[in-house]
Parts: sequence; structure tokens; C-alpha cells
Amino acid sequence: MAQFIDYYKVLGIDKNAGEKEVKKAYRKLARQYHPDLNPDDKEAQRKFQQVNEAYEVLSDPEKRKKYDKYGKDWQHAEAFEQAEQQRQQQGGFGGQRAYSGGRSGFEGFSEGEFSEFFESMFGRQAGGRSRYRRAAFRGQDYEASLQLRLSEVYKTHKRTLTVDGKNIRITIPAGVEHGQTIKIKGYGGAGVNGGPNGDLYITFQIENDTAFRRDGQHLYKTIDLDLYTAVLGGEITVDTMDGKVKLHVPPETQNGTKVKLKGKGFPVYKKKGQHGDLFLTYEVKIPTQLSDKEKSLFKELAQAR
Amino acid sequence: MDRSNLIPAAKFCSHHQVEVTFIRRLQEYELVQVVLIEEEPYLPQEELPEVEKLMRLHYDLNINMEGLDAVRHLLRRTEALQREVQSLRNQLDALR
Repeated sequence: MAQFIDYYKVLGIDKNAGEKEVKKAYRKLARQYHPDLNPDDKEAQRKFQQVNEAYEVLSDPEKRKKYDKYGKDWQHAEAFEQAEQQRQQQGGFGGQRAYSGGRSGFEGFSEGEFSEFFESMFGRQAGGRSRYRRAAFRGQDYEASLQLRLSEVYKTHKRTLTVDGKNIRITIPAGVEHGQTIKIKGYGGAGVNGGPNGDLYITFQIENDTAFRRDGQHLYKTIDLDLYTAVLGGEITVDTMDGKVKLHVPPETQNGTKVKLKGKGFPVYKKKGQHGDLFLTYEVKIPTQLSDKEKSLFKELAQAR
Repeated sequence: MDRSNLIPAAKFCSHHQVEVTFIRRLQEYELVQVVLIEEEPYLPQEELPEVEKLMRLHYDLNINMEGLDAVRHLLRRTEALQREVQSLRNQLDALR
């Protein structure tokens, strides 16, 4: 004959204890008797089992109601149980047991570990709502890589990605860097037991499809300059990321001269309207395949100095 | 590298329904040895019981990483002391 168990006494709480107090008492005792903290201690294991069982009942409003209603007269609960089963086709309280050889399972904890009293009152299958594991936790974070061209990230634009079968439209801010990772909150795996979704991390792989070298917000380019413009000066037209620009080349410009075009570089990430600079390096091109006349003129020039 | 003894952390986490970040955090706190192959974390098979224990303590009892480190340290000390007590008991019995 199964013996009545005073679950309130097991948890050391008052019959009027609220949900918070039940949980608090349970957590304290679970920490004390947890099998991982008491290896090879059969007494601790037995107590942990009792504490679990008490919490199983007192933390579930329906089970607690039934337990409080029938209490010591639990044998008469059968009629209640039948009525309940008719009402709820599922019967019992369902679910999986936290320590019943499921995911990790402790040795010595099996389905039959609930007391005879518990099983008589709630049925064999009633144990365990996976109370520990029920604790909500975030879904898995996803990581993805997105290939972009440098010319594309010069401007803020939108992209549609397919992640886990769902289409996500994201805004890619101008100025993102190669290898930079951005987080899209909530687009990772689904949360478990009401936990929030994980996040989606997108790493950009940027391929340079331009004639510029990028270093952060600044751009660099080498410009060919013909000898005569370098010597005599003049005007040249150069390409920048946002169009052509006319430049005045002063006379006697040396090979390797650097010119800075302020604000003509790459957009600064998440700083609207701000751009880096464009640095141009002149590479003076010496004419080749000179005609006899040109050679003669160059000789004349050389003698003039 | 021989992978026969290695379990992908993602598979382990999916099986136990925990986040992969949990393994990463264990690694950050040097509570578990993780092998990286092509930037993917793998768990050596012999580490699994320890990882499962840490997982239970973390999720069951809300013990944070610092706490896990302290608990593990104390458990090891307890085990060592228990072994010592047993050894001394054996010696005492032999003297009787």
C-alpha cells in the first residue's frame, strides 16, 4: 500500500506557499542534493528524487490542485482521474521526464523512479514536465557568408537572402568591410520552450571589381601621366567612385607625386554623408618608339640644360 | 586529422537541445577541450561525460560559468579527499 507523502514538508514550505516560494525552495534543495554534486551518494540521490517529485506536483497548478483537494484521501482520486481523462483525451499530464534516461539521464534514474504514491495519484506517465529542460533558451545562432562586389557596397542597398527556407530582406549599409560580420537579431534558429530566436550572423566577402585599392574608408589609385603634361602642366580627367573629376596638373610634376581628393574615398560605415579620401599617385609615362625627329628634339633639350 | 574520436559540437548541442554558444563559452572558460577543424568545433569523445555534467549543472541549477569552474574544482578536491580517506581506512583496517 502506497504511503502518503507530504510534498510541502519535503520542500520545507507552507501549504499557502506561492509559485515563487515553491521554486525557491526547490532550487535550494536541488542544488544541495543534485547527483552531479553528490557523486556516489545514494542518500542524496534519494532526496533529490523526492525533491523532484514534490516539485513536479507543487509547481504544476493542476497537479497541485488535485493533490491539495484529495491529500491524504488520495485513493479516491481515481474517479477524478477518470473524469479528467475523459475531458482530456491525452490523459495525465504528458511530457517527458527530465531525469528519465532522456537526453543525458543520470544512472539510477528511470521511469519507475517516482514513488508509488505519485504513480497511484497521477498515473505512471504523469511524471516529468522536463522542468529543468523546460527552461527557455535561445535558438541556435546561424552564420552565413554573403559575397558582394566593392562597387555594390559603395552605396547602402537592400538584399534578399534565403535563410532556413525563409526570405529575409536586409539593408547592407554603405561602407561595410571585407570580413565584417553583422548581426541580424532574431533570424537564427527558433527558440526552444518559448525562448527567443537565435541571431543570424552575416560575414561579408567583398570582391574588388574596381580599379581602386581600398584601405578602410580611403581609396588609392595610380594614374598614368604623360611626360608632356607632367613637364608642362595641364588638365586631366580621372575616374572616381562617383564619377569623373577634372584635375589641374601643375608644371614640373614629378613621378610618384601623390594627390589627395578629399571626400572622394569610400563611405564611412554607418556615418551618413561621410566619406574617406581618394589618394592618387602619378606615374609619369616616358614615351617609347621615338621618331628620329623626337630623338633629335630630346637631344636638343638635353643640351639646353 | 583522425576524426573518428571527435563529435561535432553542433551535433552534440542539437541532440541535447542547447545552444552551440554554450560549448563556446565552456571553451572560453577553459572548462572543456575543443578541437577546431576548419573552424568548426569538435568535442573529443572522452570529454562528453564531463560536458554533459557541466551542461546539467548549468541548465538545471542555473550555475554560471564562473560557478561551474568553482564547482568542478571543488568536486575534484572532494574526489581526491574521498580517495585519500578510503586509502587511510584501508591502511587502518590492515593495522587492526
